[in-house]
Amino acid sequence: MMSKFKDTDIQTIIGWVLRTGIFLSIAVCVCGAAVYLFAHGHEVANYGHFKGVPASVQMGELIKSIAALKGRAIIQAGIILLIATPIMRVLFSAIGFAAEKDYLYTGITILVLAIIFMSMLSGHAG
Amino acid sequence: MSVIEITIIILIGAYFAGLLGSLTGLGGGFIIIPLFTLILHIDIHYAIGASLISVIATSSGAAAAYVKEGITNMRLGMFLEIATTAGAMLGAILAIYTPTHYIAILFGTILIVSAIISLRKKKQHITQNKSYLAEKLKLNSSYPGAEGTIEYRVANVAGGFGTMIFAGVISGLLGIGSGALKVIAMDNIMRIPFKVSTTTSNFMIGVTAAASAVVYLQRGYIDPTLSMPVVIGVLFGALTGSKILVNSNSSQWIRIIFAVVISFVAVQMIYNGITHKI
Repeated sequence: MMSKFKDTDIQTIIGWVLRTGIFLSIAVCVCGAAVYLFAHGHEVANYGHFKGVPASVQMGELIKSIAALKGRAIIQAGIILLIATPIMRVLFSAIGFAAEKDYLYTGITILVLAIIFMSMLSGHAG
Repeated sequence: MSVIEITIIILIGAYFAGLLGSLTGLGGGFIIIPLFTLILHIDIHYAIGASLISVIATSSGAAAAYVKEGITNMRLGMFLEIATTAGAMLGAILAIYTPTHYIAILFGTILIVSAIISLRKKKQHITQNKSYLAEKLKLNSSYPGAEGTIEYRVANVAGGFGTMIFAGVISGLLGIGSGALKVIAMDNIMRIPFKVSTTTSNFMIGVTAAASAVVYLQRGYIDPTLSMPVVIGVLFGALTGSKILVNSNSSQWIRIIFAVVISFVAVQMIYNGITHKI
């Protein structure tokens, strides 16, 4: 018999998703930082001017650079994990509400997900 | 300045951004942006990118603790996220046609007034009035207090939802400042206990910021080498802040910190509006 799925179960799942996302993100960022700072730590910092869109924005380029153990690319992967964490949180909330048979909130959560994806794809995001 | 030096300075600043951000329900942007532009002379594009990263890190780091403790009102957060995400998208579209510096000045003024109102409220009154929408949407909840569970009801759901749309539009227009209005709307309009409104705001801000971050990442605003110390510093700061909030019994001092931080944000907004930096 499956016991009834409750709000506290959703809290447990969401807490777990958030902690996992944070832990992975920090771990990857720290690894990337170690590689990057070892190679470039003593260079003069130069962030005074916006340099435009870097090549690492493309997924293919990013994966190639990570494979080549470039510090910047590894950090970038950690940041992508961080950005994905709240979105995963919303996704798991939807699953949780559905398991609880709270269809009103399953709908609300899916609506939020839809708005997020619409703003991402259209490029209009706060 | 060498890369290592700048990394350490950002790491320390980011720790405080995460600490204050998690206590007040605001992202850490109000510390990151002036630290980057005024002190470290980093280009504003990178400052905006790093500020978004700090909002996501504060939100996720703090929410992990608050959700587990059962302080966050998840249903309220999810319901209001409809308003903030849709509002943010609308704001980002409007930003193309709007002279945003006037809005920054106006918004700054609203914040100063709210800070004063927030400070004048001495007693935490928990409303027991029945609201049809709050019942229907299952928004009434409880949270663990010092002397057992505290039940509360949510008032004026429609008013709160409307203010959240406004908060979303403002954040879409200006790129920052979304957390402040969220806390104010929940605290003053929906009459939710302060601890619940700050933690629920924290829960919400990460979602809107994540959508924006995807867009800004593609525009090259999020520099990995500058964002790395922000991620690490803010996450540890947010974990410290959430431990402090969970274990605190009184919300009066959080109110004071909130008012001080809000005034600081307001002055920044007005300054940026007058100097046309927004």
